[in-house]
Amino acid sequence: MNTLPLASFGGAIEFIFTPQDSNVTGGNKVGGFDKSLELVLKHLEVTALALAIALIVALPLGLYLGHRGKGELFAVGFGNAGRAIPELAVIALVAVLIGVGLKTVAPALAILGIAPILVNTYVGVRQVEPATVEAARGMGMSESSIIRRVELPLAIPTVMGGIRSAAIVILATATIAPLAGVETLGDFIINRNVYGENGLLAGAILVALLALAIEGSLALLQRRLTSDGLKVKTA
Amino acid sequence: MTSPAVIAAAGEVGGDFFKERSSGTLPCQAQSDHLFCFDWAKDNIDRYGTPTVQHLEIVVLSVVIGFVVAFALALLAHRRRSLQPPLLAATGVLYTIPSIAFFFLLLPLTGFGRDTAIIVLAAYTLQIIYRNTILGLANVPDAVKDAARGMGLTERQILWRVELPLAIPEIVAGLRVAVVSTIAIATLVVFINAGGLGTQMYGSGNLTFPTSIIIAAAIVMAMALAFDLVLLTVQRLTTPWRRVRPA
Repeated sequence: MNTLPLASFGGAIEFIFTPQDSNVTGGNKVGGFDKSLELVLKHLEVTALALAIALIVALPLGLYLGHRGKGELFAVGFGNAGRAIPELAVIALVAVLIGVGLKTVAPALAILGIAPILVNTYVGVRQVEPATVEAARGMGMSESSIIRRVELPLAIPTVMGGIRSAAIVILATATIAPLAGVETLGDFIINRNVYGENGLLAGAILVALLALAIEGSLALLQRRLTSDGLKVKTA
Repeated sequence: MTSPAVIAAAGEVGGDFFKERSSGTLPCQAQSDHLFCFDWAKDNIDRYGTPTVQHLEIVVLSVVIGFVVAFALALLAHRRRSLQPPLLAATGVLYTIPSIAFFFLLLPLTGFGRDTAIIVLAAYTLQIIYRNTILGLANVPDAVKDAARGMGLTERQILWRVELPLAIPEIVAGLRVAVVSTIAIATLVVFINAGGLGTQMYGSGNLTFPTSIIIAAAIVMAMALAFDLVLLTVQRLTTPWRRVRPA
């Protein structure tokens, strides 16, 4: 019994909305709308928390290094190395070494988001024309307002690209967070002997939809944040 | 319920683990508070051979298939510009869907095992390779193409002898990102029983223990570094003209 029947998709949709019988819970029903919603919210919570930590660490660092033109090897090297980190190992190590729960999982997921945000912020700021920065300096702007009011706005498309990658990798990895005791949507997938095949597929459908929704919202946010002047130039 | 058979298949390696862990004859492997147990690592390093080979096979097959498809799509879209936005959007959607979800969405079609793993990982590489190939082709200066045309080259010759060679740096850059991330993501194929180094981190439905997770992660990262360096060398060797001018 290697493949599931195609009709399982119907079962999965049903599972999301109405509780189903399970083989192992002794008559208790599993799944259903309330459970699905609970897991979606938990998934979003851990993703948002991890993304916030990654932003707090990586955004200022990337802006500073990019502004000073320093640490290219560090920023870009870190970004490349970050891609090679196996997500499963991060979650597994945190669970077996440090402990389970939101407090350990969120910082662990944040590690995966730091690399894309750092490298994109750095590259975005470095791409700003030196003449533009000189002009701002000539107008009497302080270094910190050059970063905030000139470099960051001009780098927004690249920075947001990094934030979107970070959000997706964190959201994707949050799927295996149940291994470290955080009940995200991955619970439906990993505890397949409790939830059955319908639960398995339901989890996959919900995770995929959530990822597409987050990616779509961040793309919209990017358009809102990009200054109108930049849009005219690139259009 | 497919679970028992499925877990047994996934747990072949993991099963061994726990047998040996509980036997108590080997040093320190049972304590999860040990960060790294060198004695255990020394005695058990041979168990990583098969998973490493499986991991390599999955990565190489996925990237080769992904490259062929993405490259063909890029050439098509290079010829017909109107295809570029829809292809970018389509590959973007494939790239956005988390791989674990993608594995199980394919379950009704392709089932547990390596086929599903390779399809998902190949789909994952499409966007980056496609985007970089298009970018590389677009970056070829018009003057160069005009010169080639003036020398009497046909459009096909211009593509293969002028545009593609000049696009190699971008294409290889995309390939490097694709290979490195595929090597890392391939640890997740353990969830659809496709083997690989993920089995040494999560086996029999349980996490293993720090020493094993660290060894497996180190092999994954070393593999990524090695492939990255090989591709960088390929890029240097295939673009000798870039070495003349300092980048």
